[in-house]
Amino acid sequence: MSPRPEYRTYHFAGHDEHVLCFGAGSSRQILIIPPLFDEMNRCRRMLVQTMRGLAERGVGSLLLDLPGCNESPAELEGHSLGTWRDAVTAAATQLGATHIAALRGGALIDNGATDLPHWRLAPAKGSSLLKTIIRTRIAGDKEAGKATSEAGLMEAAKTAPIELAGNLLGPVMVAELASIEPADPAILTVRSLGQDITGSTLWLRTEPQDNPAMSAAIAADLDQWSASCGG
Amino acid sequence: MPFVHDSVETTIRELLIDVLGVAPATVAAMTDDTPLFGALPELDSMAVAGLLTEMEDRLDIMIDDDDIDGELFESFGSLVAFAKAKVRE
Repeated sequence: MSPRPEYRTYHFAGHDEHVLCFGAGSSRQILIIPPLFDEMNRCRRMLVQTMRGLAERGVGSLLLDLPGCNESPAELEGHSLGTWRDAVTAAATQLGATHIAALRGGALIDNGATDLPHWRLAPAKGSSLLKTIIRTRIAGDKEAGKATSEAGLMEAAKTAPIELAGNLLGPVMVAELASIEPADPAILTVRSLGQDITGSTLWLRTEPQDNPAMSAAIAADLDQWSASCGG
Repeated sequence: MPFVHDSVETTIRELLIDVLGVAPATVAAMTDDTPLFGALPELDSMAVAGLLTEMEDRLDIMIDDDDIDGELFESFGSLVAFAKAKVRE
């Protein structure tokens, strides 16, 4: 029988945020930090299949909603990479995470819980993520007959939230994205797609897809890695 | 390290597979004259945003959005020529 999901919450900044869980009774509990913005939606199915694969191997996993995303009652414009990092740390403590796994932009906010072992897949620079959603906004405006420039958007973002690819981002979030690169925690394993994990760059696809073989490969790697370092 | 031109073309082929999800066999069969924008359903204006950023990262180039016009994605050849010119800069 396929492993069943459970739903838990963690408390952060006055709200209960949703967490999808598999394998609650396991001693190893891997907190998964998804990619950010559109990339999160494109990878959701692949990640949940990875979690099922982990549960079948006897490894628990937790996939959190970042404040302002998915089912979150919080307003996205009030959040930033800094508050998301604090939210991840709060979730890790409250849910009893033993390991942290981050994909893409998740690696920008995974380094608050410094004592836990970290695993990253294809970590992304904040500036690349920002540039893509700015281009998406400009392309959308162009189709609507409006001429928008990157410089104009960045100037507007200094004082008020701006809408980028469906996300209302506040000034702190935009400024952090423009400047931040993943910071290395003490215990870190970095995997790259193609070399370590066979799969496809689902986070870049405009149409969400899944990849069962990739989910299985990530689950196998996370199982082996998490068994080798604590938990 | 500068890219040799053949590797630029290889990178563009990989991008079309990775970013757009175009079938590898379709991409392998592309020549300079193969039309892209309007002919490839996977390539819409939203997909272009991701494609440009990934091109910058993989080829280590900067693309000024003012450089981008409709002709850039007209054919496989025009896209490769643009990338090669950027790598040479």
